Amino acid sequence: MTHPTPAVTDHWDQVREAAEAVLGDEIVEYIRTAAAQPEPASELISVLHKVQARYGYLDTEHLDAVAQLLQVPAATVSGVATFYHFFRLNKPARYSISVCMGTACYVKGADKVVNRLQEELGIDIGETTSDGLFGLQQARCLGTCGLAPVMMVNDDVLSRVTPEAIPAILDRYAKQSRQDSS
Amino acid sequence: MAGRVKELYRELVERAHTVTSAAQHEDSTVIQVGNATCENAAGSREVLHEFRKYIAASGKEDRIVLRETGCTGRCSCEPIVGVTRPGQTMVKYQKVDAEATHRIFTQHVLEGHPVPDLLLDAQMGTSPLKLLFCRSRRCADSMQGDYAEMCREKLADAGLDYVVDDIVSANCFGLCRSEMVGRLGHLMVLPDKVVYRLRNEADLDTIIAQHIQGGRIVDTLRIGDEPFSGRFFEMYGDVAFFNRQDRIALRHSGVIDPESLQEYIAEDGYQALAAVLERDDPAWVIEQVSRSRLRGRGGGGYPTGTKWDMARKAQADTKYIICNADEGDPGAFMDRSMLEGDPFSVLEGLTIGGYAIGARKGFFYIRAEYPLAIKRIQHAIDQARLNNLLGPDILGSGFDFDVEIRLGAGAFVCGEETALIHSIEGRRGEPRIRPPYPTESGLWGKPTVINNVETFANIAVVCDYGADWFANIGTAESGGTKVFALAGKVEHTGMVEVPMGMTLREIVFEIGGGVPDGKELKAVQTGGPAGGCLPAKWLDLPVDFRTLGEAGSIMGSGGMIVMDEDDCMVDIAKFFLVFSQDESCGKCTPCREGSRRMLEILERITGGTGTPQDLDNLERLAILMQKSSLCGLGRAAPNPVLSTLREFRDEYLAHVEEQRCPAHRCVALLRFQIDPEKCVGCTACARNCPVLCIQGKAKQVHEIDQSRCIKCGRCVEVCRFSAVDRL
Ligand SMILES: Cc1cc2nc3c(=O)[nH]c(=O)nc-3n(C[C@H](O)[C@H](O)[C@H](O)COP(=O)(O)O)c2cc1C
Ligand code: SF4
Ligand code: SF4
Ligand code: SF4
Ligand code: FES
Ligand code: FES
Repeated sequence: MTHPTPAVTDHWDQVREAAEAVLGDEIVEYIRTAAAQPEPASELISVLHKVQARYGYLDTEHLDAVAQLLQVPAATVSGVATFYHFFRLNKPARYSISVCMGTACYVKGADKVVNRLQEELGIDIGETTSDGLFGLQQARCLGTCGLAPVMMVNDDVLSRVTPEAIPAILDRYAKQSRQDSS
Repeated sequence: MAGRVKELYRELVERAHTVTSAAQHEDSTVIQVGNATCENAAGSREVLHEFRKYIAASGKEDRIVLRETGCTGRCSCEPIVGVTRPGQTMVKYQKVDAEATHRIFTQHVLEGHPVPDLLLDAQMGTSPLKLLFCRSRRCADSMQGDYAEMCREKLADAGLDYVVDDIVSANCFGLCRSEMVGRLGHLMVLPDKVVYRLRNEADLDTIIAQHIQGGRIVDTLRIGDEPFSGRFFEMYGDVAFFNRQDRIALRHSGVIDPESLQEYIAEDGYQALAAVLERDDPAWVIEQVSRSRLRGRGGGGYPTGTKWDMARKAQADTKYIICNADEGDPGAFMDRSMLEGDPFSVLEGLTIGGYAIGARKGFFYIRAEYPLAIKRIQHAIDQARLNNLLGPDILGSGFDFDVEIRLGAGAFVCGEETALIHSIEGRRGEPRIRPPYPTESGLWGKPTVINNVETFANIAVVCDYGADWFANIGTAESGGTKVFALAGKVEHTGMVEVPMGMTLREIVFEIGGGVPDGKELKAVQTGGPAGGCLPAKWLDLPVDFRTLGEAGSIMGSGGMIVMDEDDCMVDIAKFFLVFSQDESCGKCTPCREGSRRMLEILERITGGTGTPQDLDNLERLAILMQKSSLCGLGRAAPNPVLSTLREFRDEYLAHVEEQRCPAHRCVALLRFQIDPEKCVGCTACARNCPVLCIQGKAKQVHEIDQSRCIKCGRCVEVCRFSAVDRL
């Protein structure tokens, strides 16, 4: 399987190797398969999902490399990456907390949960604590509205969360992180 | 070619029956645990793990079967566990945790005594026998009188009082096929799983004498066919929350193992596809779907048959069909639950649709936020491919069809058809002007049909049971059922599937159990950010696409959020506008700028600086936005504002004229004050105030420094003497 012919560069081999080094074998292979599909450009979003799943976020380096290997203009790649909320452009915290602010969670007091988290962590929505441990986001609906209010910490879905339960939840993850690193 | 399809399908069915019956002995006890995002969030993984441990420790692995299913939609009671002992009906347990698992296992699974305090809802009485009468309009109308009541009286007279508590009226079992509508009623007797036809009182007497008293099945009145929601009602028919529902789109949710194609086929799965391919007439499918009066369940309510017909007639070498599983309404989860609980029926519907319009390629466009749904659909696709139900020459019919998953990436606007198409093409999900409609020029410029998950989940049933039967279930304009995701301030949150035309009151109060904590219902929100808030005066409205529109809201995709007296309608309008403004793709000015300006006004109003003039401005902007925005997002975004302005104008007026929020929700308009009469000076509030703005010595009246108070409400919560007033 070969890559599509590059559009403009004389140094395609160097460019390609650099891009491959940034993304790693698994993703390079994925892009190769994608590039062989009938509509390779349509695979862009799937590729970005893969990169984010692997690296946790999309760095400009990643975006450039994807543009090269998939032979899609860099402007298109960053245009797509910034359009969709799901793509993160910054390195996430060790524990990424997303509080659902969908309708069901909102009427069940999700805003109070957010307030309490802001208070406890001393950060605003979209920020990360200075030790890099916790990041705070709002989510749309997580699809478990019947158990509202809901929040996610990385992949864990916590249901029927109350502001009073927040300190204990944070403690649990802080402790887990200390155990992981020791 | 024909005949061959039938043959190959029969082989699949035989294999499915062999596999499923091998998995389960007649005399084994079955423990059933839900595996769905909601169930897992509530803790079902741990429960499963515990059961596994106990089973291994008991050494009875060959007599105790542990199964996993999707969810039933009974969110507020999860995790739910079902235990079926040989020859008995399934006993359901709610909110099961590790400790409960232990009790259920030792008392019920091993020793055969159900654990009463853990039962789901008020299940029926203690008699082993359970009688379910179909009380659906179709059966009940044809019968003179209330047979369930009649049966209670007869049993009491016969001295069989103990069975009386075990008689319920359930909704449609799915037996009232077109040819029988209006002629008879039905009675299901459990645990024997026998369904009887009831033509008159004499039939009832016969059944009581022979079956209930004599223990012999009355063969002359027995219906041979398996009712298609039969399995569901066998398992859940004794729970009030479920037996008021019609389970069509959700017929398998919580019943089958969503990762088992064999179980799906054993429950008549793929029968519809096989029949359609055998018949070899795409026009027939479209005719059925049109006659069924099935309307798109994604929100717009466009007749599905008409859409398919346009795509079928479009001239092109390539066509596509897409399942819209972007479920963007924040507060709706029907589609997720269906994808997780019954992926094969959605896939089968998509395949039939592809066949009908002449597509060879289909897509699932699924939100990336639903990892389990993605996994289940991928698994279903793989299984279908392995079994010649997807891929080249499906069931030997010559029809080639394959399906691919594409992930959404968190943009609400991508639920809109043209934006969704752009997103699958790998571009920014911005809508374009229609026409041309996707059925004419869609994905890569080819004719494309886009339908919602629930729309597809109904297709196999329409083909299997007949268009007329399906049409009969709903209202004159809209056939079948609708699944609602009931959430917010309602006792039983969860998924409910009801016939079109059921009233809001029945849904929210009879099934949903009403508003908790004795609070008043203020509004029912339907349609999410594109819908409206219906006040209590609309409770008796029969729900369908048209009626909800006339009442000033929309059906939407099925989100239904109940609000009580503590919810401020201005705040809710602002909540939805924040959402729409944030999700506006920015392509057209009325939506991009209009939503921002409207939001500014709403922020002024909830912030205490609004004026009566603002209400007129809001209304003018809203109408402008409705009329001139490019896509459905911008056109519908003002709906929550307009509907609340119309129905709850007094609340807006309280905000702008008296600077008061009647629901005590808008923080800027709140004031906390300590009542000197009630305060005993316990210091609790002062110690808990995060900004330390409460002054006072122990045993003396405390006072709040209003200039520093951040209105967090902590003082109200901690004061045990109700001395802090929220004004
Ligand atoms: C902003 C916007 C968001 C939408 N979101 C969804 C969605 O999440 N799921 C869905 O099925 N339809 C959604 N729709 C409706 C679809 O555009 C489309 O009408 C529907 O998928 C067609 O399928 P149906 O006829 O089976 O309902 C949305 C429409 C708009 C304008
Ligand atoms: S109405 Fe809103 S979402 Fe739709 S195209 Fe215009 S700006 Fe984009
Ligand atoms: S509302 Fe909060 S900030 Fe204000 S007085 Fe009470 S505790 Fe203190
Ligand atoms: S908590 Fe209540 S009673 Fe105690 S000091 Fe505060 S206002 Fe007074
Ligand atoms: S609104 Fe929070 S999970 Fe749906
Ligand atoms: S029970 Fe699954 S959606 Fe709630």
